[in-house]
Amino acid sequence: MQLICPAGTPAALHDAVDLGADAVYCGFRDETNARNFPGLNFSRDELEREIAYAHSRGVHVLVAINTFMRAGSEQLWEQAVDDAVRLGADALILADLGLLAYTADKHPGARRHLSVQAGAANADHIAFLVEAFGIKRAVLPRVLSLAEVAALTREVPCETEVFVFGGLCVMEEGRCSLSSYATGLSPNMHGVCSPASHVRYRKDGDDMVSMLGDFTINRFGAGEAAGYPTICKGRFSAEGRDGYVFEDPVSLDALAHLDTLHKAGVSALKIEGRQRGRAYVAQVVKEIRRRLQPGAAGNVDADVLRKMSEGQRTTEGSYDRRWR
Amino acid sequence: MTGAGADPALRRLALTLGPVLFLWNEDRWRDFYFRVADEADLDTVVIGETVCSKREHFHARSMDEVTERLIRAGKTVRLASLALVTASRERKSVRRLAGQDSFEIEIGELSVLPALQGRPFAVGPMVNVYNAPTVEVLAKLGARTICLPPELPLASLERICVRAPSVAIEVFAFGKVPLAISARCAHARFRGLTKDTCQFICGEDPDGVAVDTLDGQRFLALNGVQTVSGTCHVALDDIEQLRAAGVLGLRLSPQTCDMVAVAQIYRAVAERKLDAQAGRRRLSEVYPAAAFSNGFLHGRPGHELIERTADAR
Repeated sequence: MQLICPAGTPAALHDAVDLGADAVYCGFRDETNARNFPGLNFSRDELEREIAYAHSRGVHVLVAINTFMRAGSEQLWEQAVDDAVRLGADALILADLGLLAYTADKHPGARRHLSVQAGAANADHIAFLVEAFGIKRAVLPRVLSLAEVAALTREVPCETEVFVFGGLCVMEEGRCSLSSYATGLSPNMHGVCSPASHVRYRKDGDDMVSMLGDFTINRFGAGEAAGYPTICKGRFSAEGRDGYVFEDPVSLDALAHLDTLHKAGVSALKIEGRQRGRAYVAQVVKEIRRRLQPGAAGNVDADVLRKMSEGQRTTEGSYDRRWR
Repeated sequence: MTGAGADPALRRLALTLGPVLFLWNEDRWRDFYFRVADEADLDTVVIGETVCSKREHFHARSMDEVTERLIRAGKTVRLASLALVTASRERKSVRRLAGQDSFEIEIGELSVLPALQGRPFAVGPMVNVYNAPTVEVLAKLGARTICLPPELPLASLERICVRAPSVAIEVFAFGKVPLAISARCAHARFRGLTKDTCQFICGEDPDGVAVDTLDGQRFLALNGVQTVSGTCHVALDDIEQLRAAGVLGLRLSPQTCDMVAVAQIYRAVAERKLDAQAGRRRLSEVYPAAAFSNGFLHGRPGHELIERTADAR
């Protein structure tokens, strides 16, 4: 199985290449990709340089152009595709049907991966897109159990890639407008979720209150660490009961199931976290590499990894059917 | 072309009733559609379960009766497919839907397309259509009507209508907005259950479970595996702009309020027999439980309400 590592910056890409990634994924510095955060991503020049570096080490570079084209500004997304192809990207990670059609038409030889943002959650859906647009690999949404990943992978006429570590979308990817409901900025259109520009923290007595736009997403008592206000991991009140209605502040850790994924025929394992630094990528890559060795024992570095996780707690998400 | 059809300002807006997003028990569901058939001024009625396949059997028995009554009342009927399809049971359900040819299908995702083999279909608001090239892809496959995602701003709607005139564009115009769908059932979980052991508990909340912030602001609502907005999206103030943009249909999404009255208000505003503000006032009497919003249409946070000023066109 290939190991696909995040690269939010040229430095992180360098690190991922040096640390043993088979491929890295990254995006341009604008709303054409789903991690459009300040200080992240690549200019054209940077991408060209880093692709050369990665290729010199035998590592592939996958370019995510995986938001949905804004009507009237399609040219921005089409240009991103043209440039990524011109600069030698090994694959494009796409979600928008119109952009898939454009790419298949203009760059038939460019390898196309289906982004998780496309929300293709079953074999018929993926097979249709393979037939229509020549998709070579589909990144699966985090809505499937391990058994469903295995069954789907057997059935589809392309490779599959799954997330194994990092941030967890509680909602199906590419079909969530929670962020735009609160802030006007959406993952699908602007490439941001719960954007920092709309985050505020305020003191209220002993409490620290975290807010997104006009909404309180959590209140933290004295001594409680204040987390980032991501809506699906916020604390709310329903019928007078307070709690994490959707999910606790946890992140995904499916590393215990690498063997199952391997046997299922999954082609690639994806690490989330283009916003994370070198230490994170290094640790995760090292641990996955270790576990993929024949006869590797379980969990020696579990604590190290957990400390790097959001809220320092992890879940297997939908891979474990009971999570639902 | 001559006459009214050529002048966008005079174009008639069709009213479509979207599928019931919530789990209503069999009697309530059937009686609702009987009344819609007999009394509501609507052009098209979309029926079927889009949120959770576990609910499908609740209405299977009444389906024929309901569609027949709607047809007899002169309504066009579409059958909606699930928005999230993972289990093999769900794939079969989608194929079954594709197998019938009495009614047009409104797709909730793309898995059904090969089975339709080029037959005309409609596209529901959970399919990601953000631009004209995407409309063109779907049109080539047979899409005739597309209800765009609720988060799209007017500026995008306009561009899409201009560049892809072959497809009738419909816009989400009334109801709590479907914002997200998950493999996890937050609704069952809130009641101490899980998706697998849910006991159809979401049926006890026919308008969803309100989710407030810890500071008491109304925010969201749980509807099984779906999360909807806490506010009711109301596009009454925007009808003239939608019409001018080239939108052909307004979608009303069923809530527990009197939907016959809702349709009446939208029809009256669409036909300029009632101004938008008066329409909104009447609507708040029909659905007093909900605050209204339309921020998405203005590229603003979706929960905001942007009122049309009196001197606007």
